[in-house]
Amino acid sequence: MIIGRRSLLLGAATTLAGCDRLARQESVRNALFSAENFHKWAQRSLMARDALAAEFRPDQISPVFRANGTANPNTPEYKALWRGDFADWRLRVDGLVARNLSLSLSQLRTLPHREQITRHDCVEGWSAIGKWRGVPLKTLLDGAGLRSGARYIVFHCADSMGNGQPYYESIDLIDAFHPQTILAFALNDRPLSVANGAPLRLRVERQLGYKQAKYLMRIEAVESLAAIGGGKGGYWEDHAGYDWYAGI
Amino acid sequence: MDSTPPRPGSMVARHRLSTRAWHWLNALLLYILFTSGLGIFNAHPRLYWGQYGANFDRAWLTLERFPGWITLPGHYSLALSRHWHLAAAPIFAFALLAYMVWSLANRHVGRDLAFRRGELAPHHVWQDILDHARLRFPTGVAALRYNVLQKASYIAVIFLLLPLLVLTGLTMSPGMNAAWPWLVDLFGGRQSARSIHFIAAFALVAFVIVHLLMVVLAGPVNELRSMITGRYRLPGPRA
Repeated sequence: MIIGRRSLLLGAATTLAGCDRLARQESVRNALFSAENFHKWAQRSLMARDALAAEFRPDQISPVFRANGTANPNTPEYKALWRGDFADWRLRVDGLVARNLSLSLSQLRTLPHREQITRHDCVEGWSAIGKWRGVPLKTLLDGAGLRSGARYIVFHCADSMGNGQPYYESIDLIDAFHPQTILAFALNDRPLSVANGAPLRLRVERQLGYKQAKYLMRIEAVESLAAIGGGKGGYWEDHAGYDWYAGI
Repeated sequence: MDSTPPRPGSMVARHRLSTRAWHWLNALLLYILFTSGLGIFNAHPRLYWGQYGANFDRAWLTLERFPGWITLPGHYSLALSRHWHLAAAPIFAFALLAYMVWSLANRHVGRDLAFRRGELAPHHVWQDILDHARLRFPTGVAALRYNVLQKASYIAVIFLLLPLLVLTGLTMSPGMNAAWPWLVDLFGGRQSARSIHFIAAFALVAFVIVHLLMVVLAGPVNELRSMITGRYRLPGPRA
């Protein structure tokens, strides 16, 4: 009994087409997408709440830190801020907080910093190591005072993706108050470049690259993600079906 | 227990239910894992050694994207490939763990897979290689025992290759790397682990190709039946 190469290929292609058809069914899709919940539960059970992502030595830093996603927001508003060296840029902190905040870059720079050399893991598979300096998100959230009911922190960005949809991301309070979760204004001892998210980007080191929102404009504390964007908690989650929990 | 050996041509019990169930579950899951894995690889078809690696760094392997007929889904969708891969992976990993524990406990490993005295002697191994090369398969009751090459490859796959795939796979996850930092260190960094994951996947494909070839050459109907029903017809003497 000899199975020809052609029929093997045909068989493989047919089975894969079957899997494709299966994945279009709502119930199968839901089952596939629900694996995220298992992974989140398993990882959160295995790791201490404040378990740190690995930090590296200065000689382990990538020679070039690859920038990904939006390379420049290129909106009139952003260009005006950039021309003024971000002197007129303000970070708003609002939503379910006791006090709304509005902070300039120089105010952020006077707050206590954290410096960390960490590995950025893109969902595509590549990694880059860089040295970040920034203000722990916890400092701002403590300053604003989270109201009871706040469950997620949403990051609104200055850039829009190809289809005109604004970029945004969100994390829960476990990651929001994690010691390595910082709002970074410097990469490798230089102010953040435009391609890497000037003037301020999020670092949430136990998750993949698409969570590291760039060009931050506003931080909002919310109870539910349902009313924001497409309701799935982030641009890629809404438009491409990426997992909201990106520790996987 | 009846001590007379079964005669050639008679039907005998060969594979346990646990072996058969695990075999077919693996056939399905590894198919999904490999094809969705190629879909994920297509997002960045370059491999590196060390802690970091991106477009500006030196890759040891750069490929074109794998074609749609062998990726899951058939069009490029990193999100869907990841959903398939990450849904199948935990089932595969826990089934592997359960099978390893179960086959040690029921003595499948000790009785059927462990090498016996003398089996590893060079002349014996060489004879086995010659038999394989000449496609002389054992007959009678000898066909019920695994030969030394079979034992070596099954042990290598179950206890080395498959766990290596699971463990390197875990280190792709930044959350797991925070939980178990020693694991990614063991492989020399995340990009090394990604390379090892890729190499191990193709080593497994090589095993599957040889495995399927051997099934076809040894008598596909009898071999398939024994892996489905557990019952195997003892081959008679060679003509």
